[in-house]
Amino acid sequence: MMSMSSNMINSALAASETVIDATGKDQYGRPIDYKIVNNEIRRAVSEGVKNITLTGVMGQRYIATAVDKKINISINGTPGNNLGAFMDGPFIEVFGNAQDMTGNTMSSGEIIVHGNAWDVTGLSMRGGKIFVKGNTGTRVGIHMKEFGQMSPHIVIGGRAGDYLGEYMAGGVILVLGENIPKQISPVGLSIGSGIHGGRIFIRGKVNANQLGVGAKLETVNDDDLKLINELIKEYESWFGSSSSEGDFVKVVPFSSRPFRGHFDSTPI
Amino acid sequence: MVGKSEASKHCIGELCGEITDFSRLPSYGAARPPGLSSIMGGCGIAGCMDLNGGKIRGDKIARMLSIMSERENGLGSGYVAYGLFPDHKDEYCLQFFFDNEESMFAVEECLKKRGEITRDECVYTTNHTDIPLPHPMVWRYFFVPKSSSNPKYKDPDQCIVDLVMNINFSIHGAFCISSGKDMAVFKGNGFSYQIADYYDLSRYKAQMWCSHSRFPTNTPGWWAGAHPISLLDWSVCHNGEITSYGVNRKFVEMNGYKCTLLTDSEVITYTWDILVRKHGLPLQVAAFAMAPMYYRDMELMNDHNRQLAQQLRITYKEAFLNGPFSILVGRSRPEITMLAMADRKKLRPLIIGHNEDDGMIYAASEECAIRIADNDAYTWVTNPGNPMIARVGEGIIRYGTERPFEGAFNEQ
Repeated sequence: MMSMSSNMINSALAASETVIDATGKDQYGRPIDYKIVNNEIRRAVSEGVKNITLTGVMGQRYIATAVDKKINISINGTPGNNLGAFMDGPFIEVFGNAQDMTGNTMSSGEIIVHGNAWDVTGLSMRGGKIFVKGNTGTRVGIHMKEFGQMSPHIVIGGRAGDYLGEYMAGGVILVLGENIPKQISPVGLSIGSGIHGGRIFIRGKVNANQLGVGAKLETVNDDDLKLINELIKEYESWFGSSSSEGDFVKVVPFSSRPFRGHFDSTPI
Repeated sequence: MVGKSEASKHCIGELCGEITDFSRLPSYGAARPPGLSSIMGGCGIAGCMDLNGGKIRGDKIARMLSIMSERENGLGSGYVAYGLFPDHKDEYCLQFFFDNEESMFAVEECLKKRGEITRDECVYTTNHTDIPLPHPMVWRYFFVPKSSSNPKYKDPDQCIVDLVMNINFSIHGAFCISSGKDMAVFKGNGFSYQIADYYDLSRYKAQMWCSHSRFPTNTPGWWAGAHPISLLDWSVCHNGEITSYGVNRKFVEMNGYKCTLLTDSEVITYTWDILVRKHGLPLQVAAFAMAPMYYRDMELMNDHNRQLAQQLRITYKEAFLNGPFSILVGRSRPEITMLAMADRKKLRPLIIGHNEDDGMIYAASEECAIRIADNDAYTWVTNPGNPMIARVGEGIIRYGTERPFEGAFNEQ
């Protein structure tokens, strides 16, 4: 186990702000273990620090997992898998690309990614928001849920891969398709496969044969447009102006029980 | 050192140490059997290649791989280097693990019967390592198979395949870990940083490296069982499980291959060899045979491609690798080529990176592996079941985001 270098933590001017430097490497060039980085974050949170800056992050997993305070965390580098998993409150800003499973089962708070966030972003999200400036990968927003006042939102500036919103049970996914030529769809195949709640909005070309089992296309209504405009406004507040060209397509569940009778015909 | 006076006690065709009576294995009641039971993880893969044919030092790939330390548990790791022996390009480089001198003699006898050893040398390994014992001896032979009028041995590649299969199946204490031209495998039963250190990879410069850190799920960790799993100049680094192993195993066994590695991953290597070397399929067509699209998605294709997809699906149904995987595949002939792909549902991670300025291409399980090597590379993810193919001198042939079969028949 690597030990913490003495200069790793520079308590900055005020106690409410901390810089955690994760650049250190061991003799084999391996970065500081994620447990050490996360312990430092938890210690700072327990000491009442409100603003945490992480520098030199290189693949450390589980950053800010289960942190339940309304604090700000900014990350420079490449945070590892499960960034902000189970978190309830923090505001996380990533200056770089995030890896897989960003915002796993998060309850509230926001994750802003000034780059790409790859596969399975926002899986099982229960609330809060994720904004991605660039592209995402496969299975974004799988099994998102909403209940009462809790409703998760994912906004993707670029493209999303196959199985977008798979088994989606609630919440909203918005794909803006920025910088993608009009003749190319900003989403892949099997969109909303097994979807039984929530809404997916896509700006750009979507064919009916790109939809998965249980999903259907619907016309965007005024309430939807209001929500879309609010989300775009917030997207632009983080990443600057976006193009406003193109119409939105709405993907919704065909029914709340898409697989009824599919595997077992016994009524419940 | 190995003496050369004693004759081998082991002859080919003899089976050693196989357990056939399973009731003799220890049994357990309420107490948990020994072994790894509660550590989570998944294998890590990483590869890099200079599209302009420049040389990359081995410590770079070691840094890329060992950054993903969460993806390994110390039960195997390995590296493969392509473009390593420009002076011995036309000879097969056979690398072996030997547990004892007898096994070495048996292998040498076997090689001499089938061809000529033009050169042999000990593969450098360091003495000071914390990798648990035993450490097999690693030996390298440059080998030219005898030309033969016997049609069975006419093709030198097939001669090497038969030789390797026979040795691995029948000579106890010897294992051929790589048998291609202009390439070599460096692997062992340890963490990725330990194996890189053990072989001192910084002494090698190669045009392409692929690597793997292992988290064995269902199978034992042992030296020969580490990835890359190589045959001829094919090498495969595999993260995932092959659920359809039984069918795939029958397919490769029917084609004359012997499964000796105690792991599902070896069938992937042999399947590539059958589909591309023996049946002459273009690389991406073979990739779509192993990760076929759904019949539903075939309906979206044009007539020509739909027919092709359906025929592939039917003809090569036993080559379909079902289950979650992402793989890195390397080969050195006709040109050094890297192929990276995930299964048709993309249930294992794979990310590609490219730097236009220096012509480097990267493929890895996690973005951090690319970032530690190159902060400026452009990264993207491939579509499910869609291969990324890059070749020295030609550049990126497929990005892994195109439609299936796009450009397949411009390939060599």
